[in-house]
Amino acid sequence: MKQTASKPHNTSAIIRKAITYTGLAVWALMVLFPFYWMLLTSVKSYSEYNSEYVPKFYASSPTVQNFLDAFSTVPLGRYLVNTLVFTLITTAVMLIVVTLSAYGFARLSFPGKDLVFTLFLALMMIPNELVVITNFVTITDLHMRNSFAGLILPSVTSVFYIYLLKESFAQVPDALYFAAKVDGTSDLKYLWKVMIPICRPTLITVGILKVIECWNSYIWPRLITDDQAYFLVSNGIQEIRENGFGRENIPAMMAAVVVISVPLLVLFLCFREKIMAGVSRGGTKG
Amino acid sequence: MEKDQYKGWLYLLPAALFLAAFLVYPLVDVFVYSMEEGYNFASQKSYGTGLYNFSYVLHDPYFLQAVKNTFVMVVITVPLSTGIALLISVGLCSIEPLRKLFQTVYFLPYVTNTLAVGLVFMVLFKKTAYSDGLINMLINFFGGESVDFIDGPHAAKMFVMCLYIIWVVMPFKILLLTSAISSVDPNYYNAARVDGTPPFRIFYKITLPMISPTLFYLIITGFIGAFKEYSNAVALFGTDLNSAGMNTIVGYVYDMLYGDSGGYPSYASAAAIILFTIVLTITYLNLTVSKKHTYY
Repeated sequence: MKQTASKPHNTSAIIRKAITYTGLAVWALMVLFPFYWMLLTSVKSYSEYNSEYVPKFYASSPTVQNFLDAFSTVPLGRYLVNTLVFTLITTAVMLIVVTLSAYGFARLSFPGKDLVFTLFLALMMIPNELVVITNFVTITDLHMRNSFAGLILPSVTSVFYIYLLKESFAQVPDALYFAAKVDGTSDLKYLWKVMIPICRPTLITVGILKVIECWNSYIWPRLITDDQAYFLVSNGIQEIRENGFGRENIPAMMAAVVVISVPLLVLFLCFREKIMAGVSRGGTKG
Repeated sequence: MEKDQYKGWLYLLPAALFLAAFLVYPLVDVFVYSMEEGYNFASQKSYGTGLYNFSYVLHDPYFLQAVKNTFVMVVITVPLSTGIALLISVGLCSIEPLRKLFQTVYFLPYVTNTLAVGLVFMVLFKKTAYSDGLINMLINFFGGESVDFIDGPHAAKMFVMCLYIIWVVMPFKILLLTSAISSVDPNYYNAARVDGTPPFRIFYKITLPMISPTLFYLIITGFIGAFKEYSNAVALFGTDLNSAGMNTIVGYVYDMLYGDSGGYPSYASAAAIILFTIVLTITYLNLTVSKKHTYY
């Protein structure tokens, strides 16, 4: 917008353009390089990697052996399945819980609604690090350590997503609701048949953000699981790093890193616009 | 209508139950824990109430080390990442071709598992018996000495740590800043151009004030996020952060709670409360400053 493009009428404008592109390219390189390096290392054979005192920027004889090792030597498949189950259940349950209360706040009227909504918003300010201590004790006392229930239960509500959805629900015209009421449609049916289809974009955004969060979660799973059978990928990769492939098998480790990173990268490339719009509305991490 | 009154509550019930159990009750409980002296996990008993836990934590050398590390990370990463993100966003908004591509690439770290990619950084920077690692090769090429960034001197570790944190937090900042910059009303720029205002002055007098709410939002959330730094440190240096000398305050809380050094929820609670006193103070200061300098 700043320079109406196309006509760099003098040399200083051209120089400015060149500097801009160089700077942007440098940062792009810094972002991409770790990805390139993990891919490259993951296809180098163990002996090739360890014989290179000066690391090479190419693999002279690419191999998939490391990927086979990653799945056979350490339970990477198990970690992936666990993470998938955890992510899907958490996201599904959260969507139900969040949708119901957003609908309650946006459409139904009952005494004390505004007060409760204000209280909910106030809860957004409670930092996770403060409550995790007691949650850890609660889950331990309920004997839910090393179980999916223990992993999932504390993260199935999010006040922020309730707020986001409520805003979206509130934009659906009231007339639709009253028309449905006249026809004798129940509230739940109205939610299912009208509200959810209309607000599907917001629901998808919330769902994707939650999936990213679940896939990358580390702290809670680490506290609550010490049995490898329940490890998620983040804990799995830590386990692999500390006592995985025996003597420093970096290529196999990188293969595991590639396998863990690919699902989200694919998800991102498929839903690029949605994810970026969603994060700028409701993202954290920064 | 009588029945309907309670129907709304029914819809809120699941969320309310979860929030009460996992957010409200724990918030109260953490203060209770922090006051219980000598609380024992096994017997569930404590022998007194008071401020001893706070005094213990504040005298623990590991905690002081963690506080120091955290402050260093905050002071280095927040200004640097915000500044670089601002530069990149301004650059992005001034170009047309390739803009989408750059934006996509810059966003990638957001969707990667930071624990996993941390290992790549470790491999790049680590010095082993077999190889000095790629970064040391670069340093040697320019005539420097090899440094072990992962198990070596504290300053070197801190350097990788900050670099990695910046790498991780950039996508969010770039995303928000580019959308703020591109939503500035172009009429302002047109008017400035008619007056022949030089580009730097346009940036300083138009762009910066117009995006100041976003900028301050990023600075405030940046401070909060950096104070809670933990998993990026684990990604680079492993779970035993105390012996690596790279622990953070949040790391100290979790170490007190669980793991080889764990089992002390009272100390963990006291440390967590100290952390949030610090965060609240800093956020309050930030808000005071931003009120003076933000243009709405």
